[in-house]
Amino acid sequence: MSTENTIQHTIDKADIDGKQEYTITVYAENRIGLLNRIAIIFSKRKINIESLNSSASEIDGIHRFNIVITESYEVVRKLARQIEKQIEVLKVYFNTNEEIIWQELALYKVSTDEIAEKVTVERLLRQYGASAVVIRKDYTVFAVTGHREETDALVKALEPYELIEFVRSARVAIIKDSAGFHEKLKEFEAFEPGEELVENEFLDKGEKIFTM
Amino acid sequence: METAQDTIQQTEAKAEASKTLFKGTGSQVLLNGLIEEGVTTIFGYPGGAIMPIYDALYDYADKLEHILVRHEQGGIHAAQGFARTSGKVGVCFATSGPGATNLVTGLADAQIDSTPLVCITGQVFAHLLGTDAFQETDVINITTPVTKWNYQVTDAKEIPEVLAKAFYIAKSGRPGPVLIDITKNAQLQVEEFPEYVKCNHIRSYRPKPKVRVEYIEQAAALINAAKKPFVLFGQGVILGKAEAEFKAFIEKSGIPAAWTIMGDGAIPTSHPLNVGMLGMHGNYGPNVLTNECDVLIAIGMRFDDRVTGRLDKYAKQAKVIHFDIDPAEIDKNVKAEVGVWGDCKETLPLLTNLVNESKHEEWLAKFKDYNQQEIDQVITPELHPTSDEMTMGEVLRNINEICGGDAIIVTDVGQHQMVACRYAKFNNTRSNITSGGLGTMGFGLPAAIGAKYGAPDKTVIAIIGDGGFQMTPQELGTIMQFGAAVKILILNNRFLGMVRQWQQLFHDKRYSFVNITSPDFVALAKAYYIEADKVDERATLRKALETMINHEGSYLLEVMVGRENNVFPMVPQGMSVSEIRLK
Repeated sequence: MSTENTIQHTIDKADIDGKQEYTITVYAENRIGLLNRIAIIFSKRKINIESLNSSASEIDGIHRFNIVITESYEVVRKLARQIEKQIEVLKVYFNTNEEIIWQELALYKVSTDEIAEKVTVERLLRQYGASAVVIRKDYTVFAVTGHREETDALVKALEPYELIEFVRSARVAIIKDSAGFHEKLKEFEAFEPGEELVENEFLDKGEKIFTM
Repeated sequence: METAQDTIQQTEAKAEASKTLFKGTGSQVLLNGLIEEGVTTIFGYPGGAIMPIYDALYDYADKLEHILVRHEQGGIHAAQGFARTSGKVGVCFATSGPGATNLVTGLADAQIDSTPLVCITGQVFAHLLGTDAFQETDVINITTPVTKWNYQVTDAKEIPEVLAKAFYIAKSGRPGPVLIDITKNAQLQVEEFPEYVKCNHIRSYRPKPKVRVEYIEQAAALINAAKKPFVLFGQGVILGKAEAEFKAFIEKSGIPAAWTIMGDGAIPTSHPLNVGMLGMHGNYGPNVLTNECDVLIAIGMRFDDRVTGRLDKYAKQAKVIHFDIDPAEIDKNVKAEVGVWGDCKETLPLLTNLVNESKHEEWLAKFKDYNQQEIDQVITPELHPTSDEMTMGEVLRNINEICGGDAIIVTDVGQHQMVACRYAKFNNTRSNITSGGLGTMGFGLPAAIGAKYGAPDKTVIAIIGDGGFQMTPQELGTIMQFGAAVKILILNNRFLGMVRQWQQLFHDKRYSFVNITSPDFVALAKAYYIEADKVDERATLRKALETMINHEGSYLLEVMVGRENNVFPMVPQGMSVSEIRLK
């Protein structure tokens, strides 16, 4: 890469300095205490974590965290490097919403009488693609999978009809332009690794992304 | 089918394997591991939860020297001092609960100053974890933000592997402190352990990358085109053991180089291209010319706010090249045109090959001009005062004259620290031991003890203020008992001088709680059977310093200096480096 390209690159990044939602994906060893190590990187800088999910990844024994925050590109890049610096973290990616596929799961407990009696409720549920998980005499639990706006909208819509309980999961996200971690892991396991770089910043964006 | 031959071979192999097995307690295998890692000296303090390790230590007296400190904070600062002068990993022991929490300041100090440490803490029995047992503290969570890595061992079988990882992590890449918390049951547990294997690879940890030559080519191109290039170097050069490579680079390129206080001594003070100290109390030229250079080459330094002053007015005209082993430092505070991620021991020779031989005489002359102004207005009055009151600077001048730059100077934190860093002469690397990032008052005395164990053939002088000395004076007891020949020089201005200076300059001289009184330091030292003296007039200063330095054992000298002297130059907080004040 020539120097000029580097300068151009810097300017491009400076353009997106406003705050926006970023999803940070962390591949890490499954170790007690690591979640705390990652969480304090945010709290040290008084940054609120909007959503945090910890789960298995495509590789046995490797954990995957999804962390959602609203910050500027610059801040997120620094945070990502601080996280990647932790000994048990293998790799950190950070992406805007355009670069990922994501879902959140929400559960709604509503009075069965209310839905049975009021047709509008049923229509609402159809409209939001909710499915019934449990139906009892006293209440029914519906589930909706989708983006925040979708699950939030249903909360609003259900408010007049005795919404007994509501809960929403953390975001889980898949990076559109990612070939998974299997190849990467081989590189990490090798004693003499290849040219490891801050890949996120140099990703050739766009080409491989098919947007729905 | 099994032949007789096969069976014999298998039996032999089994016998061979059992020979390398060690049967013993977790405590013993821990101490064996320390010996395997080349540890010779441990600073520590026993207690209930670490007693099995201390019991095992009883039989290792010929192989492991244990220095009983007087407080765990003293223990960890001593381990830091040891690591900094020796270039090895410092080791300290503490018990659970208060013993472990007393390490926190030292861990934070070592973390921010990248000092390799392995700290072993005892912990309550595993079955008591979480029950608020006697002396139980959640040490792992308390120390997480201030350690490079930490781990709680609850099963002795983990000890060898965890210890090997700890040493590898502490000293590789950007070094830092590691803490291993071992529950008492694991210390007592008897197992058969395989042979100790040192760690050299952890799949999730990349201590240094393969060097990317294209970035070095970009850096060299910028340097070769520069008219006014300027090098800033930090402790990275020392930690990377790249002093010779660094010297070769600046000598070939002819670029003036200035240091952060953590980088002080990486090249001799007298080197013609060494233009002095950066930052808040640094030299005039390096600060002003930071905002005049066209290419700024930062090597193993992290653009701390005490170095940069106001960031949005820092070197805005310059193209910045940043060499660092920690990728999180590149673009953290100052945006780099070219970031070179790597070990400077590897990257600097590649850079030196690509840069043109040059002499930037006109540019260097600018540094000399500014230096002359500083000499006239600040340095001469400080080193050769005409008033009756003694200055800290003239004490340093005398030390330079007596030791010729070969002593190790350990400082505490405050005015005396800035004066020592500004004026102490160093011929050798690993000679300036100070608490840079954390600014830990109380660091000086214990760190000097460790520094002496790390460099036993050197003269070690601890320069400490009257305030800082009163934070950790208990370590005089350690000196008394184990005889570290540390020269303790208290520069007493009867104030918490640095805070007083700020109150004078920025708070209308409202001297709020900076007026500190002191005990009779000479009597205190003598109570610990340490030779001591006090000087309050210039006429006896030189002689007293010579007596201290030439004294065979430890020695304490208190020098009464002017009460309200200020350290200048100064970049006031929130100001640009080019707005540095000479008075």
